[in-house]
Amino acid sequence: MMLPDPASTGLARVRKIEGSALGLRTPAFAPEEGAGDLLEVSLGPHHPSTHGVFRMDVVLDGERIVRLKPVFGYLHRNHEKLGEGTSYLGSMPYTDRLDYLNSMTNNWAYAIAVEKLAGIAVTERAEYIRVILAELSRLLNHTCLAGFLMQDCGCSGTPLMYAFREREKILDLFESLSGSRMMCNFQRFGGCRVDPSAEWLAATRKLVDGYGAFLDEFEALLSGNEIVMARTQGVGRLPAALAVNAGVTGPMLRASGVGHDLRKVDGYGVYPRFNFRVPIGREGDVYDRYMVRMLEMRESISILDQALRGLPGGPILDPKSKQRGLRPKAGEAYGRIEGPKGEIGFFLVSDGTGNPTRYRVRAPSFVNLTILEDLCLGHSVADAVIILGSIDIVLGEVDR
Amino acid sequence: MSEAPAEASVPGPLSAEERDELRRHGILLTSVQELYNWGRSHSVWPLNFGLACCAIEMIAASMARFDIARFGSEVFRPSPRQADLIIVSGTVTKKMAPHVVRLWNQMPEPKYCIAMGACAISGGPFKQGYNVLKGIDRFIPVDVYIPGCPPRPEALLHGLVQLQEKIRQQPLRGPDAPRHLRSDLPCDATVPELGAEDIEPPFSPEIWKPPTLVRPDKA
Repeated sequence: MMLPDPASTGLARVRKIEGSALGLRTPAFAPEEGAGDLLEVSLGPHHPSTHGVFRMDVVLDGERIVRLKPVFGYLHRNHEKLGEGTSYLGSMPYTDRLDYLNSMTNNWAYAIAVEKLAGIAVTERAEYIRVILAELSRLLNHTCLAGFLMQDCGCSGTPLMYAFREREKILDLFESLSGSRMMCNFQRFGGCRVDPSAEWLAATRKLVDGYGAFLDEFEALLSGNEIVMARTQGVGRLPAALAVNAGVTGPMLRASGVGHDLRKVDGYGVYPRFNFRVPIGREGDVYDRYMVRMLEMRESISILDQALRGLPGGPILDPKSKQRGLRPKAGEAYGRIEGPKGEIGFFLVSDGTGNPTRYRVRAPSFVNLTILEDLCLGHSVADAVIILGSIDIVLGEVDR
Repeated sequence: MSEAPAEASVPGPLSAEERDELRRHGILLTSVQELYNWGRSHSVWPLNFGLACCAIEMIAASMARFDIARFGSEVFRPSPRQADLIIVSGTVTKKMAPHVVRLWNQMPEPKYCIAMGACAISGGPFKQGYNVLKGIDRFIPVDVYIPGCPPRPEALLHGLVQLQEKIRQQPLRGPDAPRHLRSDLPCDATVPELGAEDIEPPFSPEIWKPPTLVRPDKA
């Protein structure tokens, strides 16, 4: 880009705008020295669009982002350190509060790590119940995310209202099973805590059968919506190579066209028994990330249908498994599952005592957040808000 | 319903039964104080401010099933300048505490504070952590405490109704008048800063006093 010589024209600040007449969506923008004054803006930690107490230090040239520094730690609650001072079972309720939208999947990942460490087998019925609860969690998370993303786009109210209407239905199931709406504390080493009753299974069946109709309604409202498409397509493109190099996982990685799903790759639990597809995107933009989640929910419904159909009888907890006073042999284990936000894993090191000596959480939204600057550069502030919304972060997990 | 003190020259205040009787005849009697408190107690605008897990339940309370709009508080304001109520919904860390107190200071009087959940009340399950503030009431005067981890949306609504009741009971004059009508009380809360080892001050002495521990054998 050439600047006119100020001496010859007398216009020091005029700059040529390439691309469309509006000057929007022109990634060919490069700030130049002296082209304009840079403005530093601190978005957060109290900001409605930051999904919690998260701060972005943004340097702007006009409306465009030239530098972005994420600042976190506003919700650092010493999760890992507390885990080292607590018994193995005592950490289970703390995992609820990591990603507080999906306590069921957090519980499961932690239970897998401890089961690996202590060599505990899981009963078959419990594996099916875990799959059912994890997929319900995925429905809940993706529905809420779509609602929040639309809120960020400026579609204030309706989609979020619809999303929370469905969330309440799933939370009713969680509550009647575990006693708590959000903090379920449900999984145990070798199984789960409560055996679902026939009524509970019937209620779940009813929800699963009706969820497709809700998704149809939701997608009719949003997926083909012209404003949503104009706002999200081509925004925040994540190239597949960058996503892989940065360790991005979950729907974000799949939206960039990489077919990596731990349910297929690891085949943990009883997932290999179910027939489901892994949706992947092509562009890796905000719209693809939204769309991948929508398609994933359709697959979740299919998995739920198969799991409810094939739920075997038997005990929910291995009678030989031990919950309290668990003292695994010295060693280490890493347990991971495909959470709704990506790979959630727990790394535990045991020295033979009742507490882990090292307790580490691999939080998907923390890792996914690291590429925020790459996604936002060259876009406007309003786009940064929806890019952040499409990453799907929960600060309880980012800061731990 | 608070009643003004009776003076010698005017007849005493009517009892609730007498006023009910008058209301049946189409005569509504009220005082400026009652009308004023009735009005503002039904339009408490909360600050759109979430900290942690409890914030999700706060959002759920504003959605269709629980519908906080029934109580006049659906207008969540992003700016503290337009808010009447701060709902401290979640763990306040020492890094976040200065911001929370600053938001409180930026809210115009009359303003109220609800501590939602175990973390905001006392640090909750994360109390042992070096980085967690052991209760927001060390810096901000809290009007209603809602226990729970997280409290259900119904509990938040109950807390809000309790706050409305509190607002309706507030006299506008005398020693029990609210903070903003009294010149002898400070209007700003102390904003803590991150010091070398801890936040300084660790609590605001005008608002919170550390409990005196007495050993049972010395009592």
